[in-house]
Amino acid sequence: MKALHAVKSWIDERFDWAELTAPLRHKSVPIHKLSYWYFLGGITLFLFVIQVCTGILLLLYYRASANEAFESVQYITTQVQFGWLIRSIHSWSANLMVFTAFAHMFSVLFLKAYRKPRELTWVTGMVLLFLVLGFGFSGYLLPWNTLAFFATKVGTEITGQLPLVGRKMMIFLRGGEEVTGATLTRFFGFHVAVLPGITTVLLALHVALIQRFGMSVPPKVEAQWKAHPEQARDMKFLPNFLLRELMAWYLALGVLGALAALMPWELGTKADPFAPAPAGIRPEWYFMFMFQTLKLIPAKIGFLDGELVGILVFGAAGAIWLLLPFFDRDGRGRMQRWITGVGVFALAFIVAMTAYGYMAK
Amino acid sequence: MATWRNKALLFLGLWLAVSLGQAQAPVNTCLDCHSALDAPLHVDADRYAQDIHAQKGLTCADCHGGNPTIADPDAMSKKAGFRGHIERKQIPALCGRCHSDGAYMRQYNPSLRTDQLSQYQTSVHGKRLAAGEANVAVCTDCHGLHGIRPPNDPRSNVHPTNVAQTCARCHADAAHMKSYSIPTNQFAEYRASVHHDALAVRGDLSAPTCTTCHGNHGAAPPGVGNVQNVCSTCHVFQAQLFEKSPHKAAFGSAGLPGCVTCHGNHRVTHPTDAMLGTADKSVCTNCHTSGDAGYAAAGHFADEIAKLASAVERSDKILATAENSGMEVSQAKLEQDQARDNLTKARVSIHGVQAAKVDEDIKAGMKIADKSYAEGVQALKDRDYRRMGLGVSVLTILVVVMALGLYIRQIEGR
Amino acid sequence: MATVPSDPSVQPTRRRLVEVLLGGGLLASVASFLYPVLRYLVPPAVADLGGDSVVAAKVNELKPNSARIFRFGSRPGMLIRTAEGEYRAMSATCTHLSCTVQYREDLREVWCACHNGMYDLNGRNVSGPPPRPLEAFDVHVRGDEIVVGRKREG
Repeated sequence: MKALHAVKSWIDERFDWAELTAPLRHKSVPIHKLSYWYFLGGITLFLFVIQVCTGILLLLYYRASANEAFESVQYITTQVQFGWLIRSIHSWSANLMVFTAFAHMFSVLFLKAYRKPRELTWVTGMVLLFLVLGFGFSGYLLPWNTLAFFATKVGTEITGQLPLVGRKMMIFLRGGEEVTGATLTRFFGFHVAVLPGITTVLLALHVALIQRFGMSVPPKVEAQWKAHPEQARDMKFLPNFLLRELMAWYLALGVLGALAALMPWELGTKADPFAPAPAGIRPEWYFMFMFQTLKLIPAKIGFLDGELVGILVFGAAGAIWLLLPFFDRDGRGRMQRWITGVGVFALAFIVAMTAYGYMAK
Repeated sequence: MATWRNKALLFLGLWLAVSLGQAQAPVNTCLDCHSALDAPLHVDADRYAQDIHAQKGLTCADCHGGNPTIADPDAMSKKAGFRGHIERKQIPALCGRCHSDGAYMRQYNPSLRTDQLSQYQTSVHGKRLAAGEANVAVCTDCHGLHGIRPPNDPRSNVHPTNVAQTCARCHADAAHMKSYSIPTNQFAEYRASVHHDALAVRGDLSAPTCTTCHGNHGAAPPGVGNVQNVCSTCHVFQAQLFEKSPHKAAFGSAGLPGCVTCHGNHRVTHPTDAMLGTADKSVCTNCHTSGDAGYAAAGHFADEIAKLASAVERSDKILATAENSGMEVSQAKLEQDQARDNLTKARVSIHGVQAAKVDEDIKAGMKIADKSYAEGVQALKDRDYRRMGLGVSVLTILVVVMALGLYIRQIEGR
Repeated sequence: MATVPSDPSVQPTRRRLVEVLLGGGLLASVASFLYPVLRYLVPPAVADLGGDSVVAAKVNELKPNSARIFRFGSRPGMLIRTAEGEYRAMSATCTHLSCTVQYREDLREVWCACHNGMYDLNGRNVSGPPPRPLEAFDVHVRGDEIVVGRKREG
């Protein structure tokens, strides 16, 4: 304890630690029935940190060329000490992170935390969600196994359907006309350099904005507390809320370890570009709802190609979602109920389509 | 001046093309009438166009005589050399007129054999035809008529995948074969065989069909003493072992047809381990009885092979379990393939009925299977070690979570 | 770090216990995380050459006119040392029905025992049922190791 104090005063004398951490020490978290949803953002951040750490470890042995990628992952899972653990944690944490990111987004939507003045927090958050999906898509290809190869082929094919820019985008993503070793190298660059760089900047911005504006309170609770100020409760962030977050993070770590040891991530078979696509290829679960929707759309809608309409609709939905706070200008009333309704519909749609995609073989 | 020259050249070119074109397709007026007539005078013009003879520029007259260039009944006069309907007995000689003439065939396909007629004359069909029977196969029965395709065309009746069906047209027809003393179940038997499965189902053109063992033009069953010569062209090891084994002499003196004795001739199914040993399905007990050396050897072989087979299965199972729990065992699985190879080798070496060779293969296979099993056991041990490590880690995590909870309670004074 | 107010009603021993549990638990859990990571950082004894190359044998391990089977990826490969001393390498999986082929010193050719298929020393199928040649591999001698690799894409 004494040593800790000595270190603390050494830092304090030079960096005025007290002043730096003042905002954090004053930060308080509102406590109400729905406060548990506040954990989701922190867990997503925690999982991202796990990804960075395990990702860096994997980087020590992984090789990003079509000839060696699969074998290097096989090497990691069989020869490297605890390589199986690092790799499985990385894969599981990736999926968990996508899940918590979506859950975080929906909880913010339903708890109306995007309202003024937090519009930019929402926008940066949505871009972060897209980045997380980009991480998932680019990372999935890296082991260069059959499933990933064909999932990438189909996914980039869909991008190519966009009017005007589609083909150029597809060639940019693939590093050529087809999915080849060049695609792998490119996706590797996206996954370990481009996306992390952009994410770090946006994440810093996102967190800074949260610190600036504090935690939002849902409208119903807000109204309640306005009427009865004595009912308002809060909790200091440091150390009380943080300790609880630590509990959640530790439990998440336990879950990750259990998943990695009891249900290790599969390696599959090495991708063979000349072999025909195996039966039952499908994208990862977080893209399944889009994939299934596109499968169900009829070939032609009016004079337009059905798949193109589907892609455009999803694109438009994404754009609207990004700019949601700007639709809810006044902060209450019909627009808010509309947005809640649309949110419920979107959530139900995603869940239903994902389930359907897995059940319809 | 230049334009006149160009026009003249164009005209010359066109004229040449037309005349050359006409030279490609010789005049064959026979078809003009015969394509419109009813059976038995009907000849399908489209079908004949696909005949290899038509494609090489031969006309109806080259076999039937007559004049193919004129379009009236004079074309079919004796003066024009018309032969009319060719009788069955005359067909082989007619085909042989060209197909046995080396100098003539050379202009069409120098590497095509020209001994079909002489081969045919050694066959059962040829001998019986010479003795006056018209019921036997002649060239057109197998190769077709007026629409003959080369044997390497998959639509030809004599393409390897179609040969058995062609032979069966007569040989499986009980009414047709009434006067002959041979069975008519060969095709049905062959259909159930592993050779048919390879050829017709898997498309492996190297698999045997009727003609592979019986010959095509010189078709006759191989003699009882020669059957293993036929089988040995592919199944070399087994044949060599059999030759050196005591069975060779024993079968010879008993008049037993080598391989066919145990494996059948047409219905050659995939052999099973049940064919070995002293149980009821065994073929060994057809000759051997309890107490003789062969009986004991059969029992020994069956036991040893069963031992290796179950060892291989045991290792396969444990490696599969290890793999399903997430352990990477591809190296062990590859080595396990070698154990399977040794099992196959053992099943081959029993044809020599010598214990030493069989035991050697069994031992090698057991060594590998046992090693794979040990690797599987190790993989499962590693898996359990991982789970234990996980347990420890989860325990410490739960302790921390619990302690955090208590700590929070403590500092918040609840 | 500001000292957190402790509830004076809690016994000092109870406080100590919680602190010990927390501190000890944190230490133990962090150790259980760090231990695998530290072991991971140490490179394994077997270096990964990449899936495309494999050390098939050491120089002078094979006598002229002999061969040996080695593992290439997940399939067997065959390294042949010809009578003249040259090295050849090819897939050892017969293209007919996937038996493992062998080298026949007497015939100086590659033979499949299953149905008498024959291949020459370049892997070309010369007689019997095999429909395709055996895939040929590149052979390089590196120091005292014989490295076999897949043929590079054009």
